[in-house]
Amino acid sequence: MKEHVHIGSNRTGIQMSPLDSKRMMQVAEKTPTTPMTDFSQSEFVKIRQEYIQESDDIGSVPPPGSLKGMASTGAELLQGIRPEAFIDKLGERLAFERTGARLYESVITKCQAAGVTEILTDLMRIHQEELEHFEIVKNAIEQIGADPTAVTPCADANGVTAMGLLQVAADPRTTVTQSLQTLLMAELTDNAGWELLIEMARKANMDAMADKFEAALSAEEEHLMTITSIYKQMNFDDMERGEDKSSSRHI
Amino acid sequence: MSLDLLKTKGRPLAKQGFTWKDLVRKPISKLDCDAFSRVRVILMNGIEEEAMRFSHSCARMNKEWQKDLAMLRRVEQHQHTMINWLIPADHSPLETTIAYEQVAIEVTAALAQVEPDPYIAQSFRFGLLEDFDHMYRYSALLDRLEGKDANNILQSYTDVHPGRPTIIQHRHPHDDLRTPYDKNNTSPITKLNALTLVSGEQQTHNYYMNIGPLFTDPMARLLYAEIASIEEQHVTHYESLIDPEETWMEKWLMHEANEVYNYYSCVQTEDDPRLKEIWERFLDYELGHLNHVMELFKKFERRDPAEILPETLPTPISYKSQRQFVMDTLRAEVDLRTDGPNYVDKSQESEKSKRYRDTLNSEGSPTEIITQGYIWQPGGELNSPQIRNSIYPQ
Repeated sequence: MKEHVHIGSNRTGIQMSPLDSKRMMQVAEKTPTTPMTDFSQSEFVKIRQEYIQESDDIGSVPPPGSLKGMASTGAELLQGIRPEAFIDKLGERLAFERTGARLYESVITKCQAAGVTEILTDLMRIHQEELEHFEIVKNAIEQIGADPTAVTPCADANGVTAMGLLQVAADPRTTVTQSLQTLLMAELTDNAGWELLIEMARKANMDAMADKFEAALSAEEEHLMTITSIYKQMNFDDMERGEDKSSSRHI
Repeated sequence: MSLDLLKTKGRPLAKQGFTWKDLVRKPISKLDCDAFSRVRVILMNGIEEEAMRFSHSCARMNKEWQKDLAMLRRVEQHQHTMINWLIPADHSPLETTIAYEQVAIEVTAALAQVEPDPYIAQSFRFGLLEDFDHMYRYSALLDRLEGKDANNILQSYTDVHPGRPTIIQHRHPHDDLRTPYDKNNTSPITKLNALTLVSGEQQTHNYYMNIGPLFTDPMARLLYAEIASIEEQHVTHYESLIDPEETWMEKWLMHEANEVYNYYSCVQTEDDPRLKEIWERFLDYELGHLNHVMELFKKFERRDPAEILPETLPTPISYKSQRQFVMDTLRAEVDLRTDGPNYVDKSQESEKSKRYRDTLNSEGSPTEIITQGYIWQPGGELNSPQIRNSIYPQ
């Protein structure tokens, strides 16, 4: 791993092989077709729409397994809403906090390996708080009699979304700054996720739960500010080092 | 450097070892590595995959050689791993697909030009034009699904242009079977070439079958389903060129010789020192395997391996852009079809194949749909204002 991006033999662009690229464009121009005039009406788009209309969903929200839990915590309070919609989003937050903790662990490992120690205290603190948030959501799910070990549809969709973040953070070749961007993306989503969950809890008349979520949101807002600040500073540092021509591998 | 196959001993099997760290090395760079280094990595992965598949089949039919096959196969497994793990995970499965098709085009074109048997060379050119078309279809998918330019992978070595349209590549299974070479009257290079191409196509078929379901997009799932079917046809096509009268032991010996030839070609053409070191090491290993199997050949077939092996290896496989050859072949042979083992003009194509594909294509062809109006341009079609304005016209 290199600490910063550098100038090298990147071969992806056409400027690296102007003669071959010219020939390639000459061949492509002879493609026996005419450019599309209305992409939205193409067969390609119609096929996608057809499959969307015919598809099943990802899966379902499991029914609350603990009727006792439902009875004692206020299934009556959940009346008037579709509890599965709320359980689905709780499941999503739970999965997000758990995966988020693992994402932080990857980035912390990278910082340690790269000797970028000045941000470790913040990252480790946030990691710990993500675990606490995981616990808050787990308790909330149990409180309404649902199963915190189940994967809800929104949790599953978020798992797919997070795959790219995890791949970048875990790649030994990515820089600390590139890895930090995955945390920034996660925190931006996380903030919006908690805001939504608080409003949903209040609509479900779960005010005590919503109050606990408010505390988590406050922490998440601080996480976002901290990560944004670190991310910006490291990018600025990269640029400033770039003006120093003493090291050829830096820009 | 010419390599004497019959005298070079290579590293003995007992001294061919690995550790996990040894197997999982730093991958190549998608951005900085020369595309032909990636081509070599992918092809050699295919060569090792074929070594594994052949060895398992052979073991199921020949109890007396199971121990030897198992010994060699374990080494091949670890060679296979080291090579395949060189591809970094920042290639999306679709970008790796582009690289696989580049392998198919550039290697097939290179071998077609040195193949001495006219019918076999014709067979290579026939397959070439079909893989060339796959590149165009997948490039459109890469652009329209992921917003990426296939040329970031191709590095301007390989064109993105229709070949023999995939929609008409679907043939009745009997029309994919070719006339094999005669093992007693063909040159060793023909046997090696056929094995190299069947290895590459088999790997590509397996790859598409594994990654097709990884896509969520229905258009991608459809496209992989259609092209994977052609790759199965190509495995049938290339494998039927190999004389089925060769004994198991002859086939085993040729597999080992082909591995030697391919690693030798990599050693001769590789500029990346880190990769070259791997190619040199595995050339040494494969010479060890070849010598091991030569001894088995003498023991069980009671024949001299020199009867079927060339004394020295042929000229190394050429790893360079074959643009002109591909375009010349396209102009001359795009309208070729098959009727049983014969290549014929499209007017004489087998009726069985026409009926077969009419059914498959009766609800549309994904390869046609994805490329509707698609013309490759640097940076992707969204570089064109005309295309940008056509997405959601005001």
